[in-house]
Amino acid sequence: MIISIEWVYIFLGLIAVCGSFYTFVDKKNPRRITSGLFYLLYGISLLLGSVIPPFFMGLLVLVMVAIVGAGGLKLGSYGEASREERIQNRNRLGHKLFIPALLIPILTVAGATGMKDVKIGELFIFDPKNITLVALGVATLIALIVGLWMTKSAPAVAVKESRRLLEAIGWAAVLPQMLATLGTIFNTAGVGSVVSNLVSQVIPTHSLFWVVFAYCIGMALFTMVMGNAFAAFPVMTAGIAVPLLIGQFGVDANHLAAIGMFAGYCGTLMTPMAANFNIVPAALLDLKDKNHVIRVQIPTALIILAVNIVLMYCFSL
Amino acid sequence: MVLIGVAIVIVGFIIRMNPLLVVTIAGLVTGLIAQQSLYEIIEQFGQAFTTNRYMAVFIATLPVIGLLERFGLREQAENVVSKIKAATTGRIITAYFIIREAAAAVGLTSIGGHAQMVRPLVAPMAEGAAEAKYGKLPDDVRDKIRAHSAAADNIGVFFGEDVFVAIGAILLMKGFFDQNNIPSDPLKMALWAIPTAIAALIVHCIRLYLLDRSLQKQLGAGKNVPLEQGKEE
Repeated sequence: MIISIEWVYIFLGLIAVCGSFYTFVDKKNPRRITSGLFYLLYGISLLLGSVIPPFFMGLLVLVMVAIVGAGGLKLGSYGEASREERIQNRNRLGHKLFIPALLIPILTVAGATGMKDVKIGELFIFDPKNITLVALGVATLIALIVGLWMTKSAPAVAVKESRRLLEAIGWAAVLPQMLATLGTIFNTAGVGSVVSNLVSQVIPTHSLFWVVFAYCIGMALFTMVMGNAFAAFPVMTAGIAVPLLIGQFGVDANHLAAIGMFAGYCGTLMTPMAANFNIVPAALLDLKDKNHVIRVQIPTALIILAVNIVLMYCFSL
Repeated sequence: MVLIGVAIVIVGFIIRMNPLLVVTIAGLVTGLIAQQSLYEIIEQFGQAFTTNRYMAVFIATLPVIGLLERFGLREQAENVVSKIKAATTGRIITAYFIIREAAAAVGLTSIGGHAQMVRPLVAPMAEGAAEAKYGKLPDDVRDKIRAHSAAADNIGVFFGEDVFVAIGAILLMKGFFDQNNIPSDPLKMALWAIPTAIAALIVHCIRLYLLDRSLQKQLGAGKNVPLEQGKEE
């Protein structure tokens, strides 16, 4: 293919690396060297992920964590536009400001659906395995070019502004990747089978309702631990659903899987382990309590979890 | 024994240690208990960190969103809704929520997102609607509106996407059953996802309606009460 996912990672890496140069010379940041180093290393991990051997990448990640752990990651000054400046600019551009912002979703959807089978010669233009991510990367780049042209800004302005946003997110930007790592380690250590054994020991296996109950609650709980319903599904389904629900009660696999996965999603809504959905947005939106998004989601998640148990039980009768 | 890692995570989150540190320690400890060498564990860290780089893709949106914010995008979004009389915080988030879930149900999961839609557009609009009604917002109310904007994005996409046949979750389930020699059908799985998707739609729309009510109760008695207040049903 012509544009592979690696190109998108290179774009991400460049954003972080370029921003880190400003951080190194940011006199207002009390820890500018370690903060700069954090974003530089993060950028390098994105930029050269496919080249650096895993062991050295692991060391690089540990250095980043050490910087955060030792309090070496601090905010600096970002030369933000004042509210007056922003309002003055806004009056000049008005509704046109929405154009680049809306270009992102429009071009992403267009790219992901319209470019699916487009080839030049033998080569796909967009990497077919990662088409949405590649389309998003290309869309943001086009939107950026349009935005720079509309506002008559130098690219350096965009670099500085992305540094402002990235540093506002701070360590939370790295958390999703670290949690995925933890999930892998949990898996190889066999945490999953221990949990499903525990659950299957405490439930009365002769009662359809309680088995359904245990499967749905188990999906939600295990998803909360792993931060990912996809990790919970094979473990809980192999541990509870296949031997008991399908084997013993003869339940149809299709509705069981569909609703079981949703029970897992209810767990995703309630856990800080699903950092990319729950913690990164809290950082992006500058919320005081990083668990505020989770707090808002819990009532809906619990109600839907109950609905799922009832639905799965009724459909299984 | 391997559950110690889970315990570390839970305790770490409860005593509010830095999550990045908690997760790293939990990973190291779990690996050591499972009798892996330090070299292997560090290698796993590096490997998984690299394969999960796709989670960082939101960074691609930061340059253009940051640039537009500098030129007043958020103020413009607030301004637009303040001119629409019928716009309330709950209704704006509800509209976004319904679009998000419906789009995901037909496979367009990339139409929303926290970095590209919620921060620059949805949250400022939801805040702008409340400001137009009640004047300047206290910080806790502002945070609550923002958190609700982010929650609507998550709930919408989660319960919408499984209705679409070719989504990752359905393919994963199909793959799992194939491996275990159990017959399954992606189309039926997508159909069985519809009842929960509808339930989520109804439940969350009611909650957003209640959000408007609670904002009204909390702020409506203030000095900035405009005349339209009586029109609330």
